[in-house]
Amino acid sequence: MLKLGVPSKGRLMEKTFQWFGQRGVTLRKSGSDREYAGAVDGIDGVELVLLSAGEIPRELAAGNIHMGVTGSDLVREKLPAWDTQVGELALMGFGGADLIIAVPQGWVDVESLDDLDAAAAAFRQKHGMRLRIATKYHRLVREFLRDEGVADYRLVDSQGATEGVVKNETAEAIADITSTGETLRANGLKILDGGLIHASQATLFRGRRRDWTDAQRATFKELLALLDV
Amino acid sequence: MTTAAIKAEAARISAVFEAAGAVPVETEIMQPAEVLLDLYGEDIRGRAYVTDDPMQGEMMLRPDFTVPVVQMHMQSHASPARYTYSGPVFRKQDEDPSRAREYTQVGFEVFDGQNPAAADADVFATVQTALADAPVRAATGDIGLLKAAVAGLQTSDARKAALMRHIWRPKRFKILLDRFGGRVPVPAKRLALLANENPFADAGPEVGLRSRQEVQQRLDTLRADAAMDPISGEEIAVIEAILALSETAPHVLSALHDIAVDMPAIRRAVGRFEARLDAMSARGVAVDTLPFEGSYGRTSLEYYDGFVFGFYGLKDNRPVATGGRYDALTEVLGEGRAAPAVGAVIRPDLLLEVRTC
Repeated sequence: MLKLGVPSKGRLMEKTFQWFGQRGVTLRKSGSDREYAGAVDGIDGVELVLLSAGEIPRELAAGNIHMGVTGSDLVREKLPAWDTQVGELALMGFGGADLIIAVPQGWVDVESLDDLDAAAAAFRQKHGMRLRIATKYHRLVREFLRDEGVADYRLVDSQGATEGVVKNETAEAIADITSTGETLRANGLKILDGGLIHASQATLFRGRRRDWTDAQRATFKELLALLDV
Repeated sequence: MTTAAIKAEAARISAVFEAAGAVPVETEIMQPAEVLLDLYGEDIRGRAYVTDDPMQGEMMLRPDFTVPVVQMHMQSHASPARYTYSGPVFRKQDEDPSRAREYTQVGFEVFDGQNPAAADADVFATVQTALADAPVRAATGDIGLLKAAVAGLQTSDARKAALMRHIWRPKRFKILLDRFGGRVPVPAKRLALLANENPFADAGPEVGLRSRQEVQQRLDTLRADAAMDPISGEEIAVIEAILALSETAPHVLSALHDIAVDMPAIRRAVGRFEARLDAMSARGVAVDTLPFEGSYGRTSLEYYDGFVFGFYGLKDNRPVATGGRYDALTEVLGEGRAAPAVGAVIRPDLLLEVRTC
């Protein structure tokens, strides 16, 4: 069987079902709504595996599933050298969200990464610690700031309600996913110019392990033809 | 390459360093993360293994020996001193999983402020001896020249400090140089901000640790900077000329004498460069054919601040040995005291590989 991993709940699941449905492949949950079991119509040899979107990158890399739908941000964050471990098959056109850097609106002197870097230098001199940026996207943010040559910051982990950390004084700035920016504004934050780290959307990936059977490879080709990707 | 072969090669290199007067030292594998994070910033997390101790907090598997050896030396108050060490270091290899995550470094560190040129030459020549006749090419550079040129700019201390801070980040260094040189237009938002008489009108409430006063101070800095003349094209040309140097050492020396006419502030650094070449020549190094690159050593971990060098496999270009001067690091770790220092490491595994490939 060729295993296809799909987010197990919410809009991401519904939109994924729609996307496949429009291409003649029907995905559905089988049994009661609470069970994470699924069924596939329109092609033989494909097994639907419902997983949390955050687990799909790791399962793809490990070879436990062969294809999977998840956010392009999650793949880049969770898999080192991601493109050696998985391949992008199709950008699906939904689930769009930007990973950005945001700072307090009161920082009228900080509009760009240039400013952030200069403010971080001054902050470290005054407070004796590096300027803290709260995020759950450690790899993406660190690689971005390294490539941009920003120094004197530190990342602090924040797994939820990241917009609130500045008010609570556990960080000075944040790097987080936003689709409209409204929550940011409501929390007194603004998005930095040039601070777009990654424009994410739901993406169909394949694993790159070489241990697929001939039957799995044949089903994979057939499914790609059906999906026209 | 077998572990036994690497161990034997490491022992052979250690013997060369000990014969040069170095005392063998050891350091702990687990190092407090805070010191390394303060020195290298967040980037080090992408390169070193971080672990957690319930009592000591975050620890790192040592990514190199230099920091703990410097700490040990600064506490000992011994001077001059020379050390050697041999053991495993640990680096994450996210971008190239085929590279070793754990490998042996054999190092040689010289703390001696009496004659820096002789110490530089000594470390280079000793490493060259230890490499014996391996098929490697040498690369050299001198961060001290660039620092001297930045310090010699006719501009504000704030601008010089900003450039100095980014010497090891070429991209941001260039952005700053272009901006301070007036070679890129000032962003419209910045112009509007500086023209605004009441910039805090729409700023909302003050949140977070960075106070309004700090924001105001930076606005003052920005206004002062905007009122200042750009760094002249001639001076920027000097910096770019130094960065573009790529020649054998004698040609570089003559080019530097020409550059020093335009910027006399680098004369002392050029003098040190010349003294180093003389000292290397006296140690039997073939300086006439020694390659030099003005931008060499700018992208490595930011502690080399003078002479920098490396030896690379002729075929595979792997870094068999790297080293350099790190005076500023000793100052940071010495809590005010400094001890001029230069050192290098050899990777016995790569040395064996270049000999056989």
